[in-house]
Amino acid sequence: MSAVPARARMPAPQRIREMSGKVGWGVVAWVVGLAFFLPVAWMVITAFKPESAAETWPPKFTFSPTLAEFRLVFSGWGPFVTHSAIATVGSTILVLLLGVPAAYALSVHPVKRWRDGLFFFISTKMLPIVAAIGPLYVIAVKAHLLDSIWLLIILYTAMNLPLAIWMIRSFMLEVPGELLEAARLDGAGRIREMTEVILPVISPGLVSTALICVIFAWNELFLALNLTITNAATLPMFLISSVPQEGLYIAHLSAAATVASVPVIIVGWIAQRSLVRGLAMGAIK
Amino acid sequence: MAQVNYVAATRVYAKDVPPAVDALELEIKDGEFMVLVGPSGSGKTTALRMLAGLEPLDGGRIEIGEKDVTWVPPKDRDIAMVFQNYALYPNKTVAENMGFALKMQRVPRAERDRRVREAARLLNLDDTLLSRKPKALSGGQRQRVAMGRAIVREPRVFLMDEPLSNLDAKLRVQTRSQIAELQRRLGITTVYVTHDQVEAMTMGHRVAVLSNGKLQQVDTPRQLYDNPVNQFVAGFIGSPAMNLQTVPLADGGARLAGTVIPLPAPVRAAVGQAGLRELVLGIRPEHMHLADGNGELAGEVMLVEELGADALLHVRLAGEANQVVARTEGRTPPAPGQEVTFHVQPDDVFAFHPVTGARLAG
Repeated sequence: MSAVPARARMPAPQRIREMSGKVGWGVVAWVVGLAFFLPVAWMVITAFKPESAAETWPPKFTFSPTLAEFRLVFSGWGPFVTHSAIATVGSTILVLLLGVPAAYALSVHPVKRWRDGLFFFISTKMLPIVAAIGPLYVIAVKAHLLDSIWLLIILYTAMNLPLAIWMIRSFMLEVPGELLEAARLDGAGRIREMTEVILPVISPGLVSTALICVIFAWNELFLALNLTITNAATLPMFLISSVPQEGLYIAHLSAAATVASVPVIIVGWIAQRSLVRGLAMGAIK
Repeated sequence: MAQVNYVAATRVYAKDVPPAVDALELEIKDGEFMVLVGPSGSGKTTALRMLAGLEPLDGGRIEIGEKDVTWVPPKDRDIAMVFQNYALYPNKTVAENMGFALKMQRVPRAERDRRVREAARLLNLDDTLLSRKPKALSGGQRQRVAMGRAIVREPRVFLMDEPLSNLDAKLRVQTRSQIAELQRRLGITTVYVTHDQVEAMTMGHRVAVLSNGKLQQVDTPRQLYDNPVNQFVAGFIGSPAMNLQTVPLADGGARLAGTVIPLPAPVRAAVGQAGLRELVLGIRPEHMHLADGNGELAGEVMLVEELGADALLHVRLAGEANQVVARTEGRTPPAPGQEVTFHVQPDDVFAFHPVTGARLAG
């Protein structure tokens, strides 16, 4: 005879407590999520409104959607998006090219006084960028780089490099020491060690680092606003320029902002998995 | 193929702590399977890593094939190492893992493939496995790939750092004999690190026992078992461990459990010379022979561990605080609580210095 034992049930009070705890956290998560999402949703909705319906109070929920504002955006955004793309991609590539060896020298084969180096990199992020804009402006003028895409590439590289070094370093620390030793015994030099062993292992981490750099560079406004005018003006500058001196502009601004957010959202969506994996990789010790 | 020589090899990690490896003197013959064994912190892994070139020496030197390699980089030592966690390159296939060292040596692809396949056949690794990534392999297969990576190089010396510790018990026993068999067939000098004295005894031609960075004894498994040079080796080699007990001396013998166990003349002489009043008595569990009530050692059985063929009796001897273990045949062991007596052959008794732990004569 085979008696199947009845599934043990928790005592009722405990079950209720556990259930209500789960529900409670669920509610909190949804509230926080909606609070973050609501302005974005509002922006997207407004982008489809005619300008006349965008700025009414109380807000209108019934309107005839139009693509007019988008058409307007696409007619004018060409140079801006090109500049943004060049500055973002260029600076991110540079960040990776410089950050990988720097992180290597601070983790796998630490140089002397590597702690000081590590602290120096992050200390550059402690100074508010406003404090440096004056000197940066003067340097840009003297170097004939004002309103040049090269200036933005250099500055975005400098801006993202410290964070990238810290991230890549933490990924490199995760590479098992035995693996590096095996490579040494197998006859791999420093370069092979990097290309054959370290880089493949930390690639998800590199992807997430690159994504974060892309997002930061793409969204950067302050430096672009102060150091570029037309030749290197980026997408965030375009958003600002869509605010006219007079007249209604909310719908137009919303459309422009929606368009500007889409690439970042798409990139984040595609790389969601590796982003989470990469970020978690450095976190778990 | 080559012999390996440690000459006063020393490794110091920090100023205030004793050396991790303290002036190690060890000669490993060409083609020999040498096992370094000891508890954790004994310096066995450090000694192996010094040979690999992964750990610098703070004193002395290391020779491979009569050539001083102390400052030779790992890749030029013509050695191959099997790591505890295998250290397989996760992004490379099994074949690429095994052939990586050859690729670094610029061995042509055809030759590389041939040697990888040969090693795979030697290790019973299926050809279909060669294109897989390590992640898709079982623990036992990963272990064999790690072995294969070492074999493919056809090195002069194999270094193995607890290569079986991540396998389950059954597989470990199987692989143990396979590695020993393989080593015998290839005839390549092998240095094998383990903390498991059973592995050490079953695999090694000779075994070097380390403790606290110092070499205690190096000898064949048989000799280590029969003639340990000190209390540490006596207690470390053998399972279950030798019963060791500090006992007072009486005329012509040692007093244990209300009886006097006679000591051989050389031991008595050594005791007299050192002016000792007590010593450490060592009796292996299988040398405690159950005697039907007429043995000289009496005690009460506290616990019986049935092993099938034998049983282990945990016995409290009359008037003693510590328990001793006795091995007896397994079919009709006494029950817990039963009073038993044991007979011990005086020849089977070891005696050690109570302070230094050195074996007293004999």
